[in-house]
Amino acid sequence: MDKLIEHLWPILKQITGYIYPNEIELHWGILIVIYPYITGLVAGAFILASLVKVFNVKEVQPTYRLSLLTALAFLIVAPMPLLAHLGRPERSLEIFLTPNRSSAMAMFGFVYAWYLMAVLLLEIWFEYRRDLIIWAKEGKGLKKWIQRFIALFSTDTSEKSVEFDKKAVKAITVIGIPSAFLLHGYVGFIFGSVKANPWWSSVLMPIVFLFSAIVSGIALVLLIYMVVTLVRGEELDIVCLDKLASFLFYVMIVDFSLEALDFLHRLYESEESIKILAQLISGKLFTSLVVIQLLIGMILPLIALASVKLFKLPVELRKHIYFVSTLLIQVGIFATRWNVVIGGQLFSKSFRGLTAYKMTLGGAEGLLVSLGFLILPLLILYVLVKILPPWQVKVKISSN
Amino acid sequence: MDKIDFKIKRREFFGKFFFVAVSVLFPGALKGKKDEKGHFVRNTLREVSWGMGIEIDKCIGCGRCADACKKENDVPPYPFFFRTWVERYIILEGGEVIVDSPNGGVNGFKPRAEERKIIKSFFVPKLCNHCDKPPCVQVCPVGATFKTNDGVILVDSKYCIGCRYCIQACPYGARFLHPETRTAEKCTFCYHRIVKGLVPVCVEVCPTQARIFGDTKGRASPLVRFMRMNKIRVLKPYLNTEPKVFYADLDMEVK
Repeated sequence: MDKLIEHLWPILKQITGYIYPNEIELHWGILIVIYPYITGLVAGAFILASLVKVFNVKEVQPTYRLSLLTALAFLIVAPMPLLAHLGRPERSLEIFLTPNRSSAMAMFGFVYAWYLMAVLLLEIWFEYRRDLIIWAKEGKGLKKWIQRFIALFSTDTSEKSVEFDKKAVKAITVIGIPSAFLLHGYVGFIFGSVKANPWWSSVLMPIVFLFSAIVSGIALVLLIYMVVTLVRGEELDIVCLDKLASFLFYVMIVDFSLEALDFLHRLYESEESIKILAQLISGKLFTSLVVIQLLIGMILPLIALASVKLFKLPVELRKHIYFVSTLLIQVGIFATRWNVVIGGQLFSKSFRGLTAYKMTLGGAEGLLVSLGFLILPLLILYVLVKILPPWQVKVKISSN
Repeated sequence: MDKIDFKIKRREFFGKFFFVAVSVLFPGALKGKKDEKGHFVRNTLREVSWGMGIEIDKCIGCGRCADACKKENDVPPYPFFFRTWVERYIILEGGEVIVDSPNGGVNGFKPRAEERKIIKSFFVPKLCNHCDKPPCVQVCPVGATFKTNDGVILVDSKYCIGCRYCIQACPYGARFLHPETRTAEKCTFCYHRIVKGLVPVCVEVCPTQARIFGDTKGRASPLVRFMRMNKIRVLKPYLNTEPKVFYADLDMEVK
């Protein structure tokens, strides 16, 4: 057993003040940081896709399919860090088979399955059905069969059927928006409903999670769109970029306001926990919260995006600003998740002391596995894009 | 007289005969009652709800309770895992509070050399509060942690998936993850002992009887008497978990 607890000894020396002895081991590590980060990207990317279909924002059409595929790629990976983090992963199916109805976490399986099966897969299927049939007709070899299979061997490309597809996509998107809200709002609820933890316990938590999710999703799709288009040697659609950046800017304002409200509310109410939380923010969480989340991940991109709106900047400069801003936003949102999950466990529930988090390099909950979970969705996205090209069909046919 | 006696005996005899006959013919009919969670419930004459009283002024901080608990319940012998532990509070002139619990108090406490004047100092034994409204039971996704019908919070280690949501939900830091089984662990009030009519081992070994174990509902239990005779407080009452570990003369600094 000595080996199993080796990593805990050095933490003993880093404790300040008094913490309950069982609190020395910090239980939700980097994997649980990744989980809300990834589901946030899923929800955000889907909300972006719904802008096109439900709210008829024609300018962002070039990113519609890309955002659907991005959402799917990340959704496939979303449960993996959770599974890897379980003490007894072989029993994970019990969450589906014998869920405890009073547990917020028990709902995970159902929310996840609903979102994957009833929303994302269906919408992608209806959206791609006609194209798949056409590509399968013209393609050959294994890819042809994969595409035929994904189209579920449907062959009807009549106008009537395509019209039905369009209607179906719209209907699913309408259901999809509240579902995406549910998916990520629910993740926020898992934290927000823990009354034992004053850093988490907040009714605003699901809403803050949601808006930061939309911010991260739009920023990610924008980033992927820029990179992919440049790699393909195509021209970036600047109208689309401007529109996306504009949405991003407004959602960030809302997100920032909500977080500021949360902060002010805590400060003004100044409950029992305020002393230890202040110690936390000014100490162990200062770099990740104030520097990375707030300055680098929020204020800097906000200023950059605002300057695009205020001044008539040249196209090239705008592209650079968008690229850097979305990159910074990703870092910022990741830090946001970190500060919620890790930050919430760094202080003792005795409100008398702080502990430390030591990430390991290897192991199921180590840095390498975590990086794997962050890279894996991009690989899945690559495969998805190969099978289901998100760009105009014409381009695809001419290149064949 | 003799005849009447005999009649009663005969009635008893038939009663017992019937009982045995039924149990042989229909063994299923004698299965115990189950509660809403499907756990067998022992028929007791009155409802029991186990709890514990702790008299702060009697605790001398010897740590025998924490030590005995580790031995009785095979708690890993490292300073990161405790089903019960003892905290020492030192309140200095000017109001500064120093709290410590080296190795959970298992080895007792060494005197501290304080330059400033100590106003008061006391020990506080801690353990799972076996809340009447347990947040850990509420959040367990698979129902592996549950409340028995006699009011004890237990973990089914064969069912726990090790998600550690219960550890996050416990306001008292009473839970840990067993490093070998990778499942949640906590104080059981020594359930294996109390079902045999014994008291939890921490109560058994306490040299000053600072811990009192008993039924919170019974009229004549030592715990009820303790609760009647003392001014008692529970930990973090504002969280509405309704703890069943009651402290007498608890200082406001204890959280």
